[in-house]
Amino acid sequence: MSEPTKSNDALVRVDGVEKVFRRGSEDIHVLHQLDLRVPQGEFLALMGPSGSGKSTLLNLIGGLDRPSKGSITIGGERLDGLSDRRLAAWRARHVGFVFQLYNLMPTLNAERNVELPLLLTHLSKAERQKHVAAALQVVGLAHRAKHFPRTLSGGEQQRVGIARGIVTDPTILLCDEPTGDLDRKSGDGILDLLQALNREHGKTIVMVTHDPHASARAARTVHLYKGQLVNEPVA
Amino acid sequence: MKFLPLIWSNLKRKKLRTLLTVLSITVAFILFGLLSAIKMALTGGISMDDSDRLMVQNRVSIIIMLPVSYKERMERIPGVTRVAHQTWFGGYYQEPKNFFMQTPVVPDDFVAVFPEFVVPTNQVEKWKSTRTGAIVGRKSAEKYKWKIGDRVPIKTPLWPKKDGSDTWEFEVVGIYDGKAKNTDTTALFFRYDYFDEARKRDAGQVNWYTVKVKDRKQAGEIAKLINKEFENSSAEVKAEPEAAMAQSWANQIGNIGLICSSILGAVFFTILLVTGNTMAQTVRERTGELGVLKAIGFTNSQVMTFVLAESCLIAIVGGGLGLGIAWLITSGGDPTGGFLPVFFLPPRDLAIGAAICVALGFITGIVPAMQAMRLQVATALRRM
Repeated sequence: MSEPTKSNDALVRVDGVEKVFRRGSEDIHVLHQLDLRVPQGEFLALMGPSGSGKSTLLNLIGGLDRPSKGSITIGGERLDGLSDRRLAAWRARHVGFVFQLYNLMPTLNAERNVELPLLLTHLSKAERQKHVAAALQVVGLAHRAKHFPRTLSGGEQQRVGIARGIVTDPTILLCDEPTGDLDRKSGDGILDLLQALNREHGKTIVMVTHDPHASARAARTVHLYKGQLVNEPVA
Repeated sequence: MKFLPLIWSNLKRKKLRTLLTVLSITVAFILFGLLSAIKMALTGGISMDDSDRLMVQNRVSIIIMLPVSYKERMERIPGVTRVAHQTWFGGYYQEPKNFFMQTPVVPDDFVAVFPEFVVPTNQVEKWKSTRTGAIVGRKSAEKYKWKIGDRVPIKTPLWPKKDGSDTWEFEVVGIYDGKAKNTDTTALFFRYDYFDEARKRDAGQVNWYTVKVKDRKQAGEIAKLINKEFENSSAEVKAEPEAAMAQSWANQIGNIGLICSSILGAVFFTILLVTGNTMAQTVRERTGELGVLKAIGFTNSQVMTFVLAESCLIAIVGGGLGLGIAWLITSGGDPTGGFLPVFFLPPRDLAIGAAICVALGFITGIVPAMQAMRLQVATALRRM
């Protein structure tokens, strides 16, 4: 594992973050005093066993949840102080999500799925179509634009998910087990794509995975164990 | 507008369920439209505010007759401008199913007191000069294919003629139209003098009077004066505003408004449950997808609006179809062949129906929409 970046000009700054979930009368501490830096343009893999807090950390970085303590700053903007509305607007502008189960809208075809984040912009229909076509081109699915998710393979669906994640050219791409539901061949294709997005388009990527094969594609890997960053993977 | 495909696509998720929900709403609104038309037919769109006419009948019952001489006495009462009398003739054309209203009237009084019946002046003149002349409403004229100059036999079990016959022959000298859409144009009006001379019994007797007053605000006061005028006579009268009389006629069938409201209340309550359940189900099924929308930047209120828009769209499509079908059915006119002469869906009820559509959509959607709004993104994504 390489050393986490300590510089203050990192794109992602996680400072002293704690996350506590309340289940009944019990407090569950998922993250403990966690610090992390992700520089602009890095492809970072977050590894750890189930329940280590990987997805929780990803959600916090993506502004989907709020830390119980500590702060998260992305591109100089502290997320913990934003209202729900402003946080949603921030997500729309700065974050692209890629989910393990693709999370596509089954009632929309590929291009409509990719267009979704653009509906929150002021782009005209023609401009939106142009962006959608470009995103589908990048993921190699231009020829499947009119296809509905049920007619696409898992790998293709994930490519549509990635196209949706990058269509607004977000500051950071957050991937939660992007190959977790795919066979090795399709998974490799997705990892190739993510690597290309990082290397050729300079996209900053944080990817949660528990697959060493996937994490090997990242420029850096950090390990989480029981809510804390550790130097070596813990089985 | 750019969100419309997204909303529409969600309705297509379970096509059969959406279709059935829309159909159940459609049926409810067809019922609403038809009941509104029936209510209109039975009450004649009674408005208590615009009555400048009084109805005067025998205090005991309208079927007990009043002397025709009362007309002059009533015309002498201050505030009364004109008095017209009518008598229930109860006839039919050719066979009993062709029943419609006929009454004998005095042409000049009739025209002066009932301006809602529009008769060309030359036809009124012809009527006045033709003893057996009658004017007939456009609806009946079209139904029975009568034209001016036709001789029309009307059979009545109530009024035998002096010669023993129960068939009265009238010459159609005019065809009148209604000034407003809810004016009944099925009745036939013929001359009282012909009727009075030819009938076998009750000469000089009429069923009821319609009294036109100068100032509608004084109608109540004048009604009291009329009642007083005939107090302690052999035929005491009951005078009341025409609208109140029509209302009490309608009430003989029952409280039409209450009956209609009760039926519709039950129907809409059921629809509320059906649609509400559909919307709750559709939100439950889509928790993960709603989470995705929020994750990619849709705000809580936008997600809430989508759910509300869906329920409103279902209600508006279903309700619009229902009201449209009801309008088509009622625009065909009286389906009973004469018992509901003023049968149509009033524009006011159409507007109320449209408002109910939107309200239904809103009420059935608001709870699931609030649930969708409150959904925590991270929690929702786990349910994909």
